Amino acid sequence: MMVPVEQAKKLSFNRPISDGDTVIVYERHDSMRAVTVSPVSELQNRFGVFRHSDWIGKPFGSKVFSSKGGFVFLLAPTPQLWTLVLSHRTQILYLPDISFVVSYLEIVPGCIVLESGTGSGSLSTSLARAVAPSGHLFTFDFHEQRASSARADFERNGLTSLITVTVRDIQGEGFPKEHEGSVDAVFLDLPQPWLAIPSASRCLKPDAVLCSFSPCIEQVQRACETLRSSFTDIRTFEVLVRSYEIKEHRFAKSVSEEDGSPVGPPPQKRKQSTLPANKSEKTESNFSVMAKPCSTARGHTGYLTFARLTVLSN
Amino acid sequence: MEEEKLTGSEEISAAACTVEASAAEANGLSEVNRAAAWEGCSVLLDINDGDRLVFSRLSPSASIKIGNKKCSLRPLVGCPFGSLFTVETGPGGPHLSRSAPSSAGNCVEEISKDEGQSVDEIRDNRSLIDNNTAQSLSSEDIEAMRSEGATGDEIVKALIANSSTFEKKTAFSQEKYKLKKQKKYAPKVLLRRPSMRSICETYFKKHPQRTGFMRVDTLSMLLSMANVGPYSDALVLDKLGGLVVGSVAERVGGTGYICSTYFGTVPYQIDIVRMFNFSNDVCARILQAPFNDLSPLQNTPSECAMSDPSDVGPGSPETAQPDPNELMPDSDSLLDSRNNGDDTLTGQKPVKPGRKAPPEIVKSWKDNGFTSLIVAAPEMDVENLIMDLLPLLAYSAPFAIYHQYLQPLATCMHKLQASKMAIGMQISEPWLREYQVLPSRTHPHMQMNAFGGYILSGIRISNTGGVIEDKAA
Repeated sequence: MMVPVEQAKKLSFNRPISDGDTVIVYERHDSMRAVTVSPVSELQNRFGVFRHSDWIGKPFGSKVFSSKGGFVFLLAPTPQLWTLVLSHRTQILYLPDISFVVSYLEIVPGCIVLESGTGSGSLSTSLARAVAPSGHLFTFDFHEQRASSARADFERNGLTSLITVTVRDIQGEGFPKEHEGSVDAVFLDLPQPWLAIPSASRCLKPDAVLCSFSPCIEQVQRACETLRSSFTDIRTFEVLVRSYEIKEHRFAKSVSEEDGSPVGPPPQKRKQSTLPANKSEKTESNFSVMAKPCSTARGHTGYLTFARLTVLSN
Repeated sequence: MEEEKLTGSEEISAAACTVEASAAEANGLSEVNRAAAWEGCSVLLDINDGDRLVFSRLSPSASIKIGNKKCSLRPLVGCPFGSLFTVETGPGGPHLSRSAPSSAGNCVEEISKDEGQSVDEIRDNRSLIDNNTAQSLSSEDIEAMRSEGATGDEIVKALIANSSTFEKKTAFSQEKYKLKKQKKYAPKVLLRRPSMRSICETYFKKHPQRTGFMRVDTLSMLLSMANVGPYSDALVLDKLGGLVVGSVAERVGGTGYICSTYFGTVPYQIDIVRMFNFSNDVCARILQAPFNDLSPLQNTPSECAMSDPSDVGPGSPETAQPDPNELMPDSDSLLDSRNNGDDTLTGQKPVKPGRKAPPEIVKSWKDNGFTSLIVAAPEMDVENLIMDLLPLLAYSAPFAIYHQYLQPLATCMHKLQASKMAIGMQISEPWLREYQVLPSRTHPHMQMNAFGGYILSGIRISNTGGVIEDKAA
């Protein structure tokens, strides 16, 4: 159960893997997939053939082996892992944006949240966790097939009590009237969010927060213009993450200049300001751990604009 | 920026929790629905659009000093969060009065794009000389106006009328001038509800060293990476004054447990938790337990040096963080609200956050493992800490470690890789940039914070040591 909604179903990772469970099969840090466990099924990958029946009864987090001795790890699904393994029907939001949105929208358990569009359900899954167990996410998409796929995913992940998917063109029609005045947060990921902002302003409770995600600055400018009439505290951000990789660096013990070539790879001439502390730590062999930023990175996803519905004084 | 004492770090009496709990009970309010400030609640006051941020508690004697005027905070009780106030002079002296959201903050859009451009075509600042002679009203004139009861807005209008250079300025420049004068003569006070976002941002802006320079995007990532949610059993090592414990509790929301653990015998201070206005339900879920009690090697709970962990006094030697009760120069009267714990409403027995974890819950943690681990201890030896804490996590449970320095996390990651206790590890450095979005004036903010710390995240797994268990036929 990805997001527990009652005490009995709480995240007990010690619960053994059962028939019908969704597990996240971790092959490598950049290779994972979601698999539904069935006693008659097998998983085939570069590490060999894995029988699901070997998995049943083991705890989540176990290492399991293939017929030829390769292994993978079986992980319990979480919204983060789901974001990394779900099938992309649209461009999705990733962890840095998702986590910032959930915090900045001030979503806590019990909140009622509106989202449009649903897309591939990446953010929706995290929003469900944020409002659980007593809140609810109403998510809208104008594309019928994508809405269906999202609904199927949410059902597979046990989230139907937390998420309602509706096919609706929010830009054209606005949010349904039934939500007016009752909503704690609104998230918009639309090509023309300014068309949805007036309706959002009617749905939000005073001082509640709206977020609009747009890849292009022109969209942001137009959205902010529209926001100014009913909203305050309008702020726009970019959120990114830089990853680091580490490497063990072994260097020879007490090599003096005259001794000729040192054992192993030549020591790095480049100054490592972070190194000195390590030299005294390792007694068994001379090595240190170096870190450097990864050279590939996501350069841009979208701008996040947040605003609070102005509180009137009457 | 003037220094203020943040009242969140004060000794808040248990009565404050009672008031809050009984008010909530009386109004049938859940965590989510508390839309208006109540007596004794913790609030964040935003003066002049973020220029000055002050935490306070709405006790009967609470007040705030704006400019040189001291105003009682009483008018704020019962007002919705998000209400705006201005300082008005009245028979009883200066007081805060609820005002309509003025277009002052939004007057940017009064200058339409076309108007701004055409005006700018003929105006620039080539002939404006900055020699302090442009304003013909003196400070005595302004004081006289004030004593005659002129409002702040009227004074601003007068200043504009008496400025010889105003007409020559560009439209954008005029707007900037007007806003600047409004901030000085017609200051606004915005009543804000404390939440993880506002508490983290305020500390980051004002006293970042007290919260280990934890930036709001970094904290958000920690919560997501550690999969904090309902029914979580979250293990937290928080040496940031309780910011992390409070944020985790906010997300878990009255179910599950948050275990704030500590090494040694003295619990770490988690006073910031009290700024969140948590109900009794949530407070009851925030527990403290020394590491020795949690470690599977120890079967009997150790004696705790302090009988009541939530009453930790100032300056305990084991906590490396600065003493939150240290005296700081303050020019307003937050001290009053701090020391007068005179909330007298009785009713429900208050529950202090951070009480000692009962043995049966500790046992369940030992048996089942925690479902999340967050470490935020910038001065501690994280690579050895993690080897102690990780075994307390259930298999497949995620962890996230915050640190200000890269090298310790690199060493930590390397150690964990070698020990095969964790997979999916990543060292991340969050990056955050804010934009000014205005017609014809959109660009990133001129000032930017360059560093929000590093995070090492990963998932704990079963360490089988690489032995092949060949079950295949």
